Amino acid sequence: MQSALAAGLLASIGCGVMGSYVVVKRIGYLAGGIAHSVLGGMGAALFLGFTPLHGALAAALLAALLIGWIKLRWQAHEDTLIGAVWAIGMSIGVLFIARTPGYTADLMNYLFGNILLVTPAQLWQTLALDLVVIGLVAAFYRQFLAVSFDEEFARLRGVPVTIFYLLFLCLVALSVVLLVQLVGLILVIALLTLPAAIAGHHVYTLGRMMVLASLLGMIFTTTGIVLSWQWDLPAGPVIILVAGGAYLLSALGSEWWRRRRAGAAT
Amino acid sequence: MMRPAIEIQSLFFAYGEVTVLEQIDLRVPEGEFLGIVGPNAGGKSTLLKLILGLIEPRRGTIRVLGRPPRKARKLMGYVPQYPAFSRDFPVTVEQVVLMGRLGAGRLAGGYSHHDREIARRVMGEAEVLDLARRPIGQLSGGQLQRVLVARALACEPRILLLDEPTANIDMRMESELFDLLKKLNERMTILVVSHDIAFISGYVQRVACINHTLVCHQTGEIDAQAIGELYGGEVKMVHHHH
Repeated sequence: MQSALAAGLLASIGCGVMGSYVVVKRIGYLAGGIAHSVLGGMGAALFLGFTPLHGALAAALLAALLIGWIKLRWQAHEDTLIGAVWAIGMSIGVLFIARTPGYTADLMNYLFGNILLVTPAQLWQTLALDLVVIGLVAAFYRQFLAVSFDEEFARLRGVPVTIFYLLFLCLVALSVVLLVQLVGLILVIALLTLPAAIAGHHVYTLGRMMVLASLLGMIFTTTGIVLSWQWDLPAGPVIILVAGGAYLLSALGSEWWRRRRAGAAT
Repeated sequence: MMRPAIEIQSLFFAYGEVTVLEQIDLRVPEGEFLGIVGPNAGGKSTLLKLILGLIEPRRGTIRVLGRPPRKARKLMGYVPQYPAFSRDFPVTVEQVVLMGRLGAGRLAGGYSHHDREIARRVMGEAEVLDLARRPIGQLSGGQLQRVLVARALACEPRILLLDEPTANIDMRMESELFDLLKKLNERMTILVVSHDIAFISGYVQRVACINHTLVCHQTGEIDAQAIGELYGGEVKMVHHHH
């Protein structure tokens, strides 16, 4: 349980940062495509005898580049093609797992997460992924902000928009992998977007949104893991329900606050 | 004769099979305040995008300060018609204006002290300095327009291009914005796309009418001949109806 808690805290940082971009850019569907196609890589890694996390990492990066290329090349059919990558990745994963002796029962672990899978070695890998995400975002914060805010203007200022866009998707892929082991790939998107969406209700700059989203992610994963341990429930769904409940309260609360202020102004 | 800010020769552009611009010749001397008018879908915005190098002409040449458009991008400031961003994006006025400094300094890390000074100066010029810390979602249409002008000014451009800058704001703000442009015109070339020829006539020196082809008019008829000579007789006077 201690490594699970530590994994939750570490994953929350990378996800708070990238989740904020995903929310303000409204690319939840795109991130979902990356998350689900990760199963293809995990299945292939199991079948070939590699660590599933490495397979997930390779598949996530491949899916990110593929989806990025699709978006730049065939913008008009973006949603259809992302849906295809999403389903094809999962299908590949299911087929590989079906052909791997003795692993079929573990499919649920990849889909919905299993905190018992978190090993100390994976904690170090999670920390390394975190450092990559935070380091790159810190170094190129201006460019990432400009590209996600107004791509055309960034291009006019000589920012290599295509490179930064693909790099950005790769970082989203890394944060998805950070969370997969904790909550599973089906629930990843909720944990990537809900803390950032809640933060978006209360702060007005992207930087603060990232900090608040990371802190909220830490609170949700910790609360979720402790509750699931006490009630002997799977941690992934509990974490997501904690985050979902908080989002609902935050949405209603900020709406009420806005109306009250609007009422006071008139 | 002074080197032209923009020189376009025999320009032809089409989206797929649909011809948007044909046989466009235009010479904009440095320091001019040029209005671009014409019907919707007549090719006004397309012409600006060609000058900015965001799209490539099918035929013909464009030179901006003697260079191909892509190489002259950093000398141009652009104020788009419909901002490509959503209004609820969590970003402050100052951060948006600072984006005009991208591409000027180092690659990694934050903005320099110099960049921030320039941003403050242009925010003052566009009268949005007191809004610096405001998120853009809390601005009125007119305030946002001024912020976009400030962002373009932060590029320290020699040419300022504006696409329908007054489409979403009221008449009083329209006058204020054009007063600002008039002042800026003392140090830079300005091209402004507008649907309101009557209004911009009071500010611009010359009007280019675009409806697939281009015809230029002097705004002051008395000066027409003199300016026509100044431009090397390239300007044709043609009466037509809008």
